[in-house]
Amino acid sequence: MDYIRAFIVGGLICVVGQILMDKTKLTPARVLVIFVTSGVILQGIGIYQKLVDIGGAGATIPLPGFGYSLAKGAIKGVKESGIIGAFTGGITATAGGVAGAIVFGYMMAILFNPRSKR
Amino acid sequence: MKTKMSPNEYEKFIKDKMPKPKLLSNAIKAFIVGGLICDVGQFITNWLKGMGLNQEQVSAGTAIIMVFLGAFFTGLGLYDKLGKFAGAGSIVPITGFSNSIVSPAMEFKREGFVFGVGARMFVIAGPVLVYGISTSVLVGIIYFLFFI
Repeated sequence: MDYIRAFIVGGLICVVGQILMDKTKLTPARVLVIFVTSGVILQGIGIYQKLVDIGGAGATIPLPGFGYSLAKGAIKGVKESGIIGAFTGGITATAGGVAGAIVFGYMMAILFNPRSKR
Repeated sequence: MKTKMSPNEYEKFIKDKMPKPKLLSNAIKAFIVGGLICDVGQFITNWLKGMGLNQEQVSAGTAIIMVFLGAFFTGLGLYDKLGKFAGAGSIVPITGFSNSIVSPAMEFKREGFVFGVGARMFVIAGPVLVYGISTSVLVGIIYFLFFI
C-alpha cells in the first residue's frame, strides 16, 4: 500500500514539474530551484508534513522533499538551540544527502566519461 | 512544384508542421517514471527501517543511497537516456539532483579538476543549495521570532 501511495504522490509532483517545463518554458534548473524553495515554504507553514504522511518517499524523494528536510531541520534547530539553530538545523538535517551528492558526484565524474552524442 | 503562399498562409502552414507539444503524453511519462523512482526510494526507506535505524538515519540513508544511484547511472550514461523519455520524471526526484551534478562535471573534465570538475558540479546544484538553504534559514529565523 505504501508503494502505491508513494507512486501516486511522487508521480504527481513530477507531473507538476513537467507541466511547468512544457507550459512556461522554464528550464529544468529553474524548476528545481522553484521546487526546493516551495518545499521549504510549504513545510515552514506546516503543509508539506501532511503530504509526507500520505506519500512517504513519494513526497521526500522529489526535490520539494529536500526543501522539506531543510525547513524541518531549521525549525528543529531553533527549538533546540535558538537562533543559531536557524543556521545549523537545515544543513544538519540534509548533510547526508548533500555530502553524498558531492562525494559520489565527484567520484562518478572522475571514473566515467560522457557518452558520445548520438 | 511551387505554390505561392501569402505570409499568413505560410505561418499557418508552418504551425501545422511544427510538432505539437505532447503535454498529455509527457505528463504520463513523467508520472510513471517519477512514481517508479519514488518507489525505489520507498523500498530503500522500508529496508533501512527494517534494519532498526531511527527516523533521521533512515531519511539520511535513503538520500545517500538515492543520490549514489543517480550519480552511478549518470556515469553509465543510462540516466540521460531515461531523461529523454521521462522529462521531469527523472529531473524532479533527488536522483535528478545528482544527475545535474555529474553530467556537467563529466562534460567539462578537460578544463581541469578545479575549474572543470570542481566548479561545474554546481552549475545547477549550486542555485538549488543557495535558494534552498537561504529560505530555510529565513524560515528558522521567522520561527524563532514568532513562535519561541
